Amino acid sequence: MAYVAVKGGERAIDAAHAWRAAARRGDPAIPALTAAQIAEQFGRAVDRVMAEGSLYDRELAALAILQAEGDLIEAAFLLRAYRSTLPRFAYAEPVDTGEMLLWRRISATFKDLPGGQLLGPTTDYTHRLLDFSLLAPDRRPQPLPAAAPAATSPPVPRVADLLAAEALIEPDPATGASPADLTATPLAFPASRDLRQQALARGDEGFLLALGYSTQRGYGHTHPFVGELRTGEVAVSIIPPELGFAIEIGSVTLTECQMVNQFAGSKTEPPQFTRGYGLCFGRADRRAIAMALVDRSMRAAELGEEIKAPAQDVEFVLSHADNIEATGFVEHLKLPHHVDFQSELETLRRMRAAAAAPGHAETREDAA
Amino acid sequence: MPALLEAAGLAHRFGAIPALAGVSLSLRRQEILAVVGESGSGKTTLLNVLSGRLMPDEGEVLCDTGDGLRSLARLGAPALRLLQRTRWGFIQQDPRASLRLDITAGGNIGERLMATGARHYGRIRAAAAEWLAAVEIDTARLDDLPRHFSGGMLQRLQIAATLVTGPELVFMDEPTGGLDLSVQARILDLIRSLVRRLGLAVVLVTHDIGVARLLADRLIVMRAGRIVETGLTDQVLDDPHHACTQLLVSSVLPA
Amino acid sequence: MIGYNFAYLDEHTKRMIRRAILKAVAIPGHQVPFAGREMPLPYGWGTGGIQVTASVIGQDDVLKVIDQGADDTTNAVSIRRFFALTAGVRTTTSTEAASLIQTRHRIPETPLRAGQIIVFQVPMPEPLYRIEPSRAAARRRHALADYGAMHVKLYEDITRFGRVAVAYDHPVMVNHRYLMSPSPIPAFDNPKLHLSPALQLFGAGREKRIYALPPFTDVRSLDFEDHPFHPGRAPHACALCGATASYLDEILVDDRGSRRFVCSDTDYCETRRSGLLPSGAG
Repeated sequence: MAYVAVKGGERAIDAAHAWRAAARRGDPAIPALTAAQIAEQFGRAVDRVMAEGSLYDRELAALAILQAEGDLIEAAFLLRAYRSTLPRFAYAEPVDTGEMLLWRRISATFKDLPGGQLLGPTTDYTHRLLDFSLLAPDRRPQPLPAAAPAATSPPVPRVADLLAAEALIEPDPATGASPADLTATPLAFPASRDLRQQALARGDEGFLLALGYSTQRGYGHTHPFVGELRTGEVAVSIIPPELGFAIEIGSVTLTECQMVNQFAGSKTEPPQFTRGYGLCFGRADRRAIAMALVDRSMRAAELGEEIKAPAQDVEFVLSHADNIEATGFVEHLKLPHHVDFQSELETLRRMRAAAAAPGHAETREDAA
Repeated sequence: MPALLEAAGLAHRFGAIPALAGVSLSLRRQEILAVVGESGSGKTTLLNVLSGRLMPDEGEVLCDTGDGLRSLARLGAPALRLLQRTRWGFIQQDPRASLRLDITAGGNIGERLMATGARHYGRIRAAAAEWLAAVEIDTARLDDLPRHFSGGMLQRLQIAATLVTGPELVFMDEPTGGLDLSVQARILDLIRSLVRRLGLAVVLVTHDIGVARLLADRLIVMRAGRIVETGLTDQVLDDPHHACTQLLVSSVLPA
Repeated sequence: MIGYNFAYLDEHTKRMIRRAILKAVAIPGHQVPFAGREMPLPYGWGTGGIQVTASVIGQDDVLKVIDQGADDTTNAVSIRRFFALTAGVRTTTSTEAASLIQTRHRIPETPLRAGQIIVFQVPMPEPLYRIEPSRAAARRRHALADYGAMHVKLYEDITRFGRVAVAYDHPVMVNHRYLMSPSPIPAFDNPKLHLSPALQLFGAGREKRIYALPPFTDVRSLDFEDHPFHPGRAPHACALCGATASYLDEILVDDRGSRRFVCSDTDYCETRRSGLLPSGAG
């Protein structure tokens, strides 16, 4: 039978999409998940997708997770793509995490401190035993905990500020200058700290986790202590040009980690602790702590430390932190590459033929 | 005088390439032996085999461990390491490969002392300062990090860090390669005076005939893994027999 | 707890861990790899200590669990509850009454007796890790007793700061042979390791290593002859019991910098306050 050229790409894609839609829905006998359920009961996934999608909207993030069948990188991608379509109408004023309505505030550096240690709704001290009772659907409404703790009212002083008052920690390098915008200017190196922070805030949690972990295991160790970890709500304000003063437009849940790191100094300069910082959307201890570790590591050059480890290499970290860029390129290998491959095949065949040809051995140059 | 080092029938291949073939030699106390040849002649491989960094495919190296001549291959890792750190030294062409750039100059020099049991900070520091002076580096730089040292200073620091344990045999791999000509001359001068003053035996690898003439008592010329000529330096260089040696001698620019 | 073996781990796993412990006791200070299991608490939160405790605990044991010296810190509470649930053993806050003590980052002030076992939670068992991050290379160094680089680090501290800057997890030489991490106990506690009558076991779950100090082992903190090891503590007395020889926690009282210092070892402090002085205390 004569060879027939391959056709029908469009029909195949349509069929694949239809199949995928069915796979996404799963067994029709089982009730469909709603985005509201995801927003309410998969809060950690929503937090992660908002962070990596770089867009604070719980409903949209929940929708993206639903649509992506739970693939969180795919969901972040959906959110990022949607973000591209949204008009930017203002820059918010810097949020004041000192004014945070706290649900959770812990410090590993002091046993007790003003404001106290608030655990919040943490899994830290749970035992990781599968709770099979969750398999049975709820029939009765659960009673609320005896005293549902209200968020404490500000201000609760920061550990870093308390240390700074004694000059035990380097001063906060914050300046009054406007931060650069990672989405407006392409990343170039060396990258300023504000750009590095933005890249970390939207970076892949697994990547940041692994890099932070690597520093703890000796690849660029920075002697980290969690000075403070706080989670709660902060108000977001803008200054509309028509009004000329700030108005609050809403609030966001943020997690902030202030790391107290290896002291630097010498016999002539009194030593001080150094800082690492992480700030991200939602209830996200792991991300905030990992960000703070990597932030401090990337300051190696500024602090006169020798750059030996991956987490200290700013270009390495920032070039590979964005999982939407990463997944795009990694998965693009699935796309047809047969044209390039064909040329490789031909080259390989020619080389092998040359190697097998008689008289080839004598023409090889004498090794030096 | 009894030999410090003796090699018999050394052979080694890297894949199909013979790096050493039928190499035998011996080295006496306080003798300076230069191994010369073009790149690829096998001289660095020979140095690595003689210093115990590479085990040859064939042949044996015997060395004086203070306890008579023993076979290097049968010493065992701990004894070999101790030997390499105390009685022997190795100076690399690139000092950055053997120094620690995030440790002070004093720390670098003191490391061998600390690795062999020195436990008095003041005395370690004093020894490090003495050696810094001996290699003509300003002792004010004792607490500086070598990261900002020039190439010449780094090489001097490596020399100090190597000689601090008072070795009797030092292996040198192109110790002035990669340095400016004027810096080379001063380093060579330093090496020559230290070697004489301390009565060191040296096996020196170089492609530079001038270095061999300046430093070495005896000379070995290598080509394609074999020794093609050997003898007293002046005799060999004034009257080279082998074509290879003649080429090397004639390629030196007149002073 | 229904469906779980005594002390959570199955007997086969316990036997495997006990074999590792025996090897560790036979070679003081040497790290013995073991096939650690995932536990219901996260890596870094005491899984190594828990596996060691679970492997040696018996029905008649009296267990004390402390974290930062205190029985009531959240992680100590969590671990003590874990063993109460899975082993049903008696628990105590009294160092004297305990037969088995699991600890994170402190050694109790009350001296330990022969017959007691103390289990340390270890985050980083490898004392060389900051100098040599590769475990394979570090193993070679231990085998060859190649510890010069650690002394170089101390030399550099003295050169830069005028003193050794290691405040906790100060490395020790065990039995004149192996360099060991005592876990992140403050340097103040290092002397308690030396010639202790108790059996001291060290478990690192994430890194999967066990090591040990059998009773009356020689343990010396690394130092220089002319810069001897100096165990430091805050120069204050405990605001609650007045002790001047115990390790103190610094409590920030307000945001104007006022602070109080109290004993980190809560059992020791309470015992002093109740008038019952533990033997040998100051």
